[in-house]
Amino acid sequence: MTRPVLEMRDITKTFPGVKALSEVNLTVGPGEIHAICGENGAGKSTLMKVLSGVHEHGTYEGEISFEGEPVAFGDIRASEQRGIVIIHQELALIPYLSVAENIFLGNEQTSARGFIDWQGTLRKAAALLAQVGLREQPQTPVSALSVGKQQLVEIAKALSKEVKLLILDEPTAALNDEDSATLLDLILTLREQGIASIIISHKLGEIRRIADTVTILRDGRTIETLTVRETPESEPQLSEDRIIRGMVGRDLDRRFPDRTHYEGEDAEKVALEVGGWTVRHPTDHQRLVVDDVSLNVRHGEIVGIAGLMGAGRTELAMSVFGRSYGQYVGGTLTVEGREVTAKTVPAAVDAGIAYVTEDRKQYGLNLIDNINRNISLPSLPGMRRHGVVDEHHERSVAERYRTSMNIKAPTVFEQVGRLSGGNQQKVVLSKWIHADPRVLILDEPTRGIDVGAKFEIYSVIDELASQGKAVLFISSELPELLGMCDRIYTMAEGRLTGEITRADATQEVLMRHMTQNRS
Amino acid sequence: MTTSTTPPKDASPKPGAPQSAGALLLQNARANMRQYGMLVALAFIVILFQIWTDGTLLLPNNVSNLIQQNSYILILAMGMMLVIIAGHIDLSVGSLVAFVGAMSAVMMVKHDMPWVLALILSLLIGAVAGAWQGFFIAYVGIPSFIVTLAGMLLFRGLTQIVLEGQSLSPFPEGYQDLAKGFIPEMGPYTQYHNPTLVFGLLAILFLLLREWRTRRQQVAYELDVLPQNLWILKCVAMAAAVTAFTLTLASFHGVPVVMLVMCALLIGLGYVMRNAVVGRHVYALGGNKAAAKLSGVKDKRVTFMVFVNMGVLAALAGCVYAARLNAGTPQAGLNFELEAIAAAFIGGASMSGGVGTVMGAVIGGLVLGVLNNGMSLVGIGTDYQQVIKGLVLLAAVGFDVWNKRKAGR
Repeated sequence: MTRPVLEMRDITKTFPGVKALSEVNLTVGPGEIHAICGENGAGKSTLMKVLSGVHEHGTYEGEISFEGEPVAFGDIRASEQRGIVIIHQELALIPYLSVAENIFLGNEQTSARGFIDWQGTLRKAAALLAQVGLREQPQTPVSALSVGKQQLVEIAKALSKEVKLLILDEPTAALNDEDSATLLDLILTLREQGIASIIISHKLGEIRRIADTVTILRDGRTIETLTVRETPESEPQLSEDRIIRGMVGRDLDRRFPDRTHYEGEDAEKVALEVGGWTVRHPTDHQRLVVDDVSLNVRHGEIVGIAGLMGAGRTELAMSVFGRSYGQYVGGTLTVEGREVTAKTVPAAVDAGIAYVTEDRKQYGLNLIDNINRNISLPSLPGMRRHGVVDEHHERSVAERYRTSMNIKAPTVFEQVGRLSGGNQQKVVLSKWIHADPRVLILDEPTRGIDVGAKFEIYSVIDELASQGKAVLFISSELPELLGMCDRIYTMAEGRLTGEITRADATQEVLMRHMTQNRS
Repeated sequence: MTTSTTPPKDASPKPGAPQSAGALLLQNARANMRQYGMLVALAFIVILFQIWTDGTLLLPNNVSNLIQQNSYILILAMGMMLVIIAGHIDLSVGSLVAFVGAMSAVMMVKHDMPWVLALILSLLIGAVAGAWQGFFIAYVGIPSFIVTLAGMLLFRGLTQIVLEGQSLSPFPEGYQDLAKGFIPEMGPYTQYHNPTLVFGLLAILFLLLREWRTRRQQVAYELDVLPQNLWILKCVAMAAAVTAFTLTLASFHGVPVVMLVMCALLIGLGYVMRNAVVGRHVYALGGNKAAAKLSGVKDKRVTFMVFVNMGVLAALAGCVYAARLNAGTPQAGLNFELEAIAAAFIGGASMSGGVGTVMGAVIGGLVLGVLNNGMSLVGIGTDYQQVIKGLVLLAAVGFDVWNKRKAGR
């Protein structure tokens, strides 16, 4: 190999009480797409923070050399000046500023007198947008763009800084398949222009698709560096299972648990029936976000909802859950044969419905409070004794879930914001399982969670179904729907476009229904 | 908050086992840094001024004075703490103090109403004022900053209208006792004020019982607890502090009436915030409103209740303040809202909500109160007093921010 662009040698980073990285090595060749894999907490983000200067030189041990020279970055600016640009999972764009203003934020194009050169700004922005293949006007406010397009703006911003090494942290986590494909293609195009990339991802399919090399981290150590393909053109020679084995340190022969069947007396009875459900967009009253959707879920059944981003899956779920989204137009809701008109969340909870949100940080958890109180929140009224919360009872409930759900925390008084994504998700699930609903709506329950934790979540879902709960499972990852569900509904543009049984379902069939457009 | 971070149980330490007492103390202190820090700061300020004033600060009559002088700010601070925990702010309380004081003056002085009735009506006026603001904030959805800024102007204006720009006085004695009175002496003659001794004893019993119960629970749940000898030391120290305070008050006129009112509020509100469902909902709402709503918290009703509570407490503070001045005046309560907000932040509230305790608000209020009183005693002018109070607020919150950044990653 020719001289590497980046070499990180024996990087060790210690936080008070925790060794986040120990003697990690990473070498990125010129024009290489290098993937970094590892479970949550393996040290991927910390390593990137060391590289980009967020953890400044001197707070870690080891050496970094970039383009053959040793470097010591004092802050993120210093690394950007050398051409190392990091794009974070949470986008750092300012919604009310235009695309052009965002691209040159902190790097404003000025005239000789020190004022903004708007002509130049717009012209250069337009060129950069063309380079990333985004057909939008530079004057458009960023808030008007979809997440996928915003991601492209981020990359344009990176290109404006004359990037040599682009670091992408979970770039496709919030994107639908189509936008993901566009983004991955763009990364391949950039490689042809000589820009190396480091991509952190949980999606192994993506890694196989674009990466040349993959480095696997586990518990803050480099486990191995594997070659995905010999030349950029060749087919990948590394299997997903091989990567998983490196990440979890054991063979994960099963990615999904075996489904246990519920054999209660109400086994074949319908638990949740939604009829003709129609919802308008909260502000744009012309638009029907959910259009005449009818579906049902039986006791002990796991029913999936597949759909691309914007298909109306989350909107349907939230609207059913106490009308917490949009403007209700019409439709009936029947829980265990009784028609309910749950107009508020408490009413929906009383009716036996629980909704586990796709965005646990925004809508699922009080991050500054502890595990104990997050779990008890929906069930507090039932935990009363003499009119006040029985703290003994509350705590024993939390302890029970900490053990049974394998939430990794020293005590139930640990602040939820300090937990890893997988453990946070377990807290959200515990919270709703304890509310003892008849119907559980799970919205992307494994988003941003590592492979090991995913299996645990799947097992919990299976157990819920085996206890006779009706589970509605919304997911963007088709393999997990195929692996877990008895039936799968597909949605597109707010409508139901298909109902497919487990036996008939394949990724291709689902995708065909999901992309069915209105004629 | 009463959360306590505990070290990971790597070697499964037995509860109560001597697992480096110092480390445990530090851990414990870390978890409640702002409150412990402020308690230490309060002690430091008290000692500083005690020396500086040659012992005047802690003379029995000055301690009584200190309590009565700061009572209305402390009452406001407790209500403000709830408002801030819920993620809001109330700028109108100073004006509401004036308005309620004015209304009570009109009722008693102009219409010769019995003072008990006037007091009850005043509190009702406060509740209505709180409900008025709470309605716009919770149900209409106007930001609390705007609604209460409007309230600040509105109630100040109404005060001037009601009083026609004049002060109204005097008030009946019973009403004045609300701010200036003491619990009457009972029983045989001792050197001390008897009922005060009884109150002190009850307070010590209450504190020890609570300590014992929490410790028992912590042991039962295998949480890390202070080693036995340290814990006993803590209990003895608490008892000694209460005893010293009781004897100080008992050697003067005894417990001020307003102090009983404040203690009742502190215990009652503290209990509600810790143990009642509605209290938990306030914390959840401030911590993450969207998540709380999706967990079935009736966000509008809870927000509304928090402002009604604030209204009633502002009315109570208004009555106490009017009783202390023995007059309803148009300029009453000027800048009280700022003092109350400062007390809440010094006492551990967070600008983004979700954090804080009622006890913290009291500690924060006392820090400001002792500073005021101490600086006046040593003859520092009000000009410099303001400068120093500003710096203290900045330092308290700055310290907390710095501490959090160091603790977090």
